[in-house]
Amino acid sequence: MDSLRNSLRRLNPLSETATEQSQGTQTQGSLAGRLRDSDFVESMPFWLPPTLLVLLFVYGAIAWNIAISFTGWSGLGQPEYTDLSLEMYRQLPADQNFRASLWNTILLLITFTGSSLVVGLGLALLVDRKIRFENTFRTIYLLPMALSFVVTAIFWSWMYASNGVINTTLNVFGLDLLTHNWIGNPQFKLAAVIVALIWQFSGYCMIVYLAGLRAIPDEHYEAARIDGASTLKLYWRVIIPQLRSSTIGAVVVLMVFALKAFDFIYVMFGTNPGRSVDILAVTMYREAFSSSQWAYGAAIAVVLFALALTIIGPYAYTQYKRGAL
Amino acid sequence: MTDDTDAHTDRDRDRDADADTDTDADRDTQTDTETETKTKPATDDSSRLPAIGPGRLALYGALLALVIGYLSPLYGGLTTAFKTQEAYRETSPLQPPIEGITVDPWVTAGGELAMGMINSFALTIPAAVFSALLGSLAAYGLTKVNWRGQAFLLALFLAAVFIPYQAVLVPLRQFWSIVDISGLHERGELVELIITHIAYGTPICTVLFRSYYQTLDDELIEAARLDGASLARIYRKIVLPLSVPMFAVTLIYQFTQIWNDFLFALVLLSDRANYVVTLELNALQGAMATDYGVQMAGAFIAALPTILVYIMFGEQFAKGQTM
Repeated sequence: MDSLRNSLRRLNPLSETATEQSQGTQTQGSLAGRLRDSDFVESMPFWLPPTLLVLLFVYGAIAWNIAISFTGWSGLGQPEYTDLSLEMYRQLPADQNFRASLWNTILLLITFTGSSLVVGLGLALLVDRKIRFENTFRTIYLLPMALSFVVTAIFWSWMYASNGVINTTLNVFGLDLLTHNWIGNPQFKLAAVIVALIWQFSGYCMIVYLAGLRAIPDEHYEAARIDGASTLKLYWRVIIPQLRSSTIGAVVVLMVFALKAFDFIYVMFGTNPGRSVDILAVTMYREAFSSSQWAYGAAIAVVLFALALTIIGPYAYTQYKRGAL
Repeated sequence: MTDDTDAHTDRDRDRDADADTDTDADRDTQTDTETETKTKPATDDSSRLPAIGPGRLALYGALLALVIGYLSPLYGGLTTAFKTQEAYRETSPLQPPIEGITVDPWVTAGGELAMGMINSFALTIPAAVFSALLGSLAAYGLTKVNWRGQAFLLALFLAAVFIPYQAVLVPLRQFWSIVDISGLHERGELVELIITHIAYGTPICTVLFRSYYQTLDDELIEAARLDGASLARIYRKIVLPLSVPMFAVTLIYQFTQIWNDFLFALVLLSDRANYVVTLELNALQGAMATDYGVQMAGAFIAALPTILVYIMFGEQFAKGQTM
């Protein structure tokens, strides 16, 4: 995301930061102007088909989903678009399941995103300390990211099983007191999901931070060294603040993922995972596709979409303001 | 003129290097074991690197402990997948299968997942190829040709990358019940799923290709245009050949994404004969709820293609993930 933003900023002729570019291509100004109209037409075969596909499947579908959420559609029939109301949205606040899953979604969003970033940053700082076999270490930490959630949910259901890997390991160390029925006990369910998801995503945070760390100029390290800063101070005062844009990019990706962490919970617990680990993505699927409450499911999907917009919106807006689009 | 062009090419190459810090990092790794001169960590650590002091030992200790932690779910799965029922009951999951070793779970899981694997390949390969191709075309039309309104369309593509798919599931089901390809042919459901993946994969492919095309030399394309070459010709003769490395990144990204997808398949596929491997694996887990050996073997079989792609093309994989 970072690299994209940088290159966007550097190359977009419309942005004010692109002066080096416009200096380099001054002579083409009039030519580009003359070609502009024909360019639009001539480039159409390239961008129009993909654009139409995205408009139909993404934006058309979102609009359609909003329309469905205003109907009372349920069961086997077809939606009635003539009788629209806010009835579904009126039902939401009173629905205990919806409230629980909204709360769980937000809890998952915050704890998962925060912990993944911290673990990923830790990994990146360790790997960045000029170690041998760096590639091997990186490959192992990033590996879970290549796996399907269906696969990881199955591995982790064995990790968490009562006679599984975690409890057995605790027994080996004489920590029998700490063994639990990790995915049976409502107290631990959400935490169990979050730990497994951190396992899967911290490698991603690591490579984002590694790229950020390696983009910091040498002089900053040297200057801090000359100032006599301790290693801890060096990282805290000099390095971490410069990872801000890496963090913002990763936060958007992680948060948006956390909103739709459906597969893992569905495979581990089924459509009815219980109130302690229900999230909006699962509730929506259950209402629509298990109970055929299509309009109600669509309304929950709109809430989920609105939550995603509160994350994507400010991000996209700042990108736009910085001339990155 | 030629000098000028060269200078630009150089500058563009610098940009290219900036744009993908990952490959930079990789290059660093390869070189800095030999020449520990210019890279930044060298100045940080150079005094400490040769001597294996307590600090370095602690560092490697931490790295190894993390490796054990990260691999433990895979290790626990692997040992269990090779154990007979008896060995599973009597030995700890941490113990490797020494007595009571068997490949039966793999045979059982393999038989259950075989059709799903074939369907997954039939889905993933065309969907990845077409979404990458559409992404490349869109990125070319929106990056290398300048016209008003570009930024707006690009914003739409970028936002589409982050959409929670729950927001389109109900309409998607409606759409495919109206445009009823599955009614035409028994494999129609798979075609619907392929088209769906192409549509939702195109935005990320466009974003990936755009970030790459911006690093391409504008002078070259302008020169070709002045020579009267059409946009289509420039794409075929100049842009497409230069896109090969980015096609590798995008295809690997899409292959992994589509192979691993569960949600769209769950909503769109109803005929068991069309089930992709993630659906079959979920069904296997339900059917063999107590037989962890078969479940683990099945998980490894379903994950094998993406693990192989990851090991063979780790660099491109990482690049796709960080955009």
